Amino acid sequence: MLNKEEISEIIRTLVPEAVFPEGTQLLEVIVPAEKIFPIAEQLKTDSRLAFDYLISQTAVDFVSKFTVVCHLDSTQFRHLIVLKAELVDRENPAIDSLTALYPTAEFFEREIFDLFGIRFNNHPNLKRLFLEDNYGYPLRKDFRDEVNIIER
Amino acid sequence: MMSEEIIKDVIVGENEDYIINMGPQHPSTHGVLRLEVCLKGETVKYLIPHIGYIHRGIEKMCEAITYPQIIHLTDRMDYLSAHINNEAVCMVVEDAMQIEVPERVKYIRTILDELNRIASHQLWWCAFGMDLGALTSFFYGLRDREYILDIFEESFGSRLLHSFVAPGGLMHDVHPNFQKRTKEFIKYFKTKLPEYDQLLTGNIIFQNRAKGIGLMSRETAIGYGVTGPSGRGSNLACDVRKIAPYGAYDKVQFNEILETGCDVFARYQVRMAEMWESMSIIEQLIDNIPEGEFTAKMKPIIKLPAGEYYRRVETARGELSVYVVSDGNKSPYRMKFRTPNFSNLFVMNEIASGYKIADLIAISGSLDLVIPDIDR
Amino acid sequence: MSSNIYDFSTLTGSIHTWLTGMMSSGWVIFTEMVLVGLVFLLMYALLGLFLVYLERKVCAIMQNRVGPNRVGPWGLLQTIADLIKLLLKELIPIRKSDPLLFNLAPFIVIICSFLAMAALPYAKGLQAIDFNIGVFYVMAVSSLSVVGILLAGWSSNSKYSLIGAMRSGAQIVSYELSVGLSLLAIVVFSGSMQLSVIIESQANGWWIFKGHIPAFIAFVVFLIASTAEINRGPFDLAEAESELTAGFHTEYSGIKFAFFFLAEYMNMFIVSALGATVFLGGWMPFHVGNWEGFNQIMDYIPSVVWFFSKTFFLILIIMWFKWTFPRLRIDQLLTLEWKYLLPISLFNIVLIAFIVLMGWHF
Repeated sequence: MLNKEEISEIIRTLVPEAVFPEGTQLLEVIVPAEKIFPIAEQLKTDSRLAFDYLISQTAVDFVSKFTVVCHLDSTQFRHLIVLKAELVDRENPAIDSLTALYPTAEFFEREIFDLFGIRFNNHPNLKRLFLEDNYGYPLRKDFRDEVNIIER
Repeated sequence: MMSEEIIKDVIVGENEDYIINMGPQHPSTHGVLRLEVCLKGETVKYLIPHIGYIHRGIEKMCEAITYPQIIHLTDRMDYLSAHINNEAVCMVVEDAMQIEVPERVKYIRTILDELNRIASHQLWWCAFGMDLGALTSFFYGLRDREYILDIFEESFGSRLLHSFVAPGGLMHDVHPNFQKRTKEFIKYFKTKLPEYDQLLTGNIIFQNRAKGIGLMSRETAIGYGVTGPSGRGSNLACDVRKIAPYGAYDKVQFNEILETGCDVFARYQVRMAEMWESMSIIEQLIDNIPEGEFTAKMKPIIKLPAGEYYRRVETARGELSVYVVSDGNKSPYRMKFRTPNFSNLFVMNEIASGYKIADLIAISGSLDLVIPDIDR
Repeated sequence: MSSNIYDFSTLTGSIHTWLTGMMSSGWVIFTEMVLVGLVFLLMYALLGLFLVYLERKVCAIMQNRVGPNRVGPWGLLQTIADLIKLLLKELIPIRKSDPLLFNLAPFIVIICSFLAMAALPYAKGLQAIDFNIGVFYVMAVSSLSVVGILLAGWSSNSKYSLIGAMRSGAQIVSYELSVGLSLLAIVVFSGSMQLSVIIESQANGWWIFKGHIPAFIAFVVFLIASTAEINRGPFDLAEAESELTAGFHTEYSGIKFAFFFLAEYMNMFIVSALGATVFLGGWMPFHVGNWEGFNQIMDYIPSVVWFFSKTFFLILIIMWFKWTFPRLRIDQLLTLEWKYLLPISLFNIVLIAFIVLMGWHF
């Protein structure tokens, strides 16, 4: 199991554009959104890192941008990192899908599409998961539903 | 023209998929789940799960309420391991505010975790036997589960959805009878668990229904994120209690049960053996609960410092992780629950294709799904 | 072997002479037929009600609970309450179903079980029709109920019902072979298919004891195969409620559902009665060879009591199966029949023929 410094060294050599925020609980890696698929592939196939288990994939709506957050774990070494990508386009946010690497990403991404409206390129079946087709995107900070949600 | 269309209709009709809907109201999908199953004769070609019937928007609600109030919502996600869900949120808050909980709290939380795990596995065993047709197993499991629920009721006032933990410790101390009754239960259950094996495990009909069904390779399990006993039945060592110990787990000796069978029977064996292991953990802890406070000193209003926090726990069904983004207020900015049943459900298409309808019931029973956990 | 068991033919003979004294012979026959029909209807209804109650109580005891105990003393009136409820239910007609077949199916099933019940010997002298092909007749008539089941599944116009009916049809047709062969075993021993002759031949001991090993094998095969014939116990895939809701009778409600339900319990009774008659001696008390004193004592218990206690013993065994074992899958069910039970039965027949030739039985 590698510690934070060693992992960040390896990732810096593989991915020069990565940014490592300081003072976080887990090791976080911020990468450009267009390159998320090749970077994730490198993280999975590298034999020292071997991040083969996608624990969860979610998104956070900071009002100026969206952040897609993936928690990756290695079943071999059991070290954990957080892979983040930022999307600034609020009208049509789009990012590559990780389904080809992790089959479970298919369903996490459908959930993100359902709740945030972020589209995923190359997704095999991008449909909503929980909600009806014309509901809107509830987890966005500017979502209003006068009928069902009471604002204080 | 007319006859051509009729011929085309007949020929297309022969190649059409024969779709059957199981659910949302169905006696054996445990919860509101709709499975669209495409059959060829008795064999399943593929299946598509449809969820969302019990989506309550828990993650959105968490952004509007305070941290102690969130604990009551997490109860209702995987209601059969309610205590473990609560503990996850409490630990996130305690980590973020860097509070050290007293030893007594850790011991009691771990004992309650394991009791909850036994209760959850008992209910799984009841329902699994009943789905396969051995209707008597339902009553055996429920009879023994009543003892645990009575222990909970005496200490917390409620049987299933406790909300007994609070950030910093427990809401109040356990009942004075807690230790005695737990020890009596362990002694009682040790005589009853072999009865379960007599009724179901050794039965040749049951073994024919369970062995060789629903094979899930280790790579499939990792790829789909299957954790918990379902993953350990495929030789995947994914027990969070061993990877990142919390509570009092670093003070006890227990085995992580791994089976190499990868089929329904292996997952069944893992859960039966886990009940024995849970009892052994409780035995190691129950006599040594340290005296002390039942909670650490906390401010009345809990505000997490700005930042992102992460915690994982092992529920009865797999790995639950809580991811909090806080901006310094008393409600989280974003709270994400990565629930075990979400990943466990979607592996069903892979492992149930090619088997018969009757096997579909056995496979979904062996994955032990609780649907409110998937929809949140 | 003479036995001084109370012979019911004295009772029926006296009724006959009383009637002949009152009307001409044509009317006598007509009146007797009506009387016998009424007795059978009454017995069918009462037995059906009692069996439903018994199943619920036995099931409750095995599951560590009490069962019905509120309606009437010890819950005895529970089934009557259920029957009244079923009679009052709305008969929901299904759109796009075939109305003639849909309504005909439950009647076919009930009529077949009535026909089979008529040929069984209930006590010495109490047998409605004593065919010389008794065993064959009972088997043939109970096979007709598969037509009713297939009609029910087909005419319901629902995928679940169709799957359930097809499974059930395949199962019943396969297991008839084993039932027939196991009954044939005793026919070879006793030399006749007539039920009263089979019972008389057990006057010096029941065939399950006299025919030692092969008769016991035939008995075990008969128990397993007949549980499958009546869609019960570990073989109830066709109506497995956790899989297909209710299989072929999903779409039936009210009195039509009551017919299917009742027919299932009466089939259980018929199959147990047949097994008790052929293997365990029917109404013949437990005699041992030529222990005259012992046999005389056994004769004091009336033959009706012997018959019903043996039948209920077999019914309890069948109920025990259902509440203990998980269900078999359809292909496992058919494998059990074609690869295991059928070869065993065939080998058993050859063995029995050899034993009878050699005279190696009691």
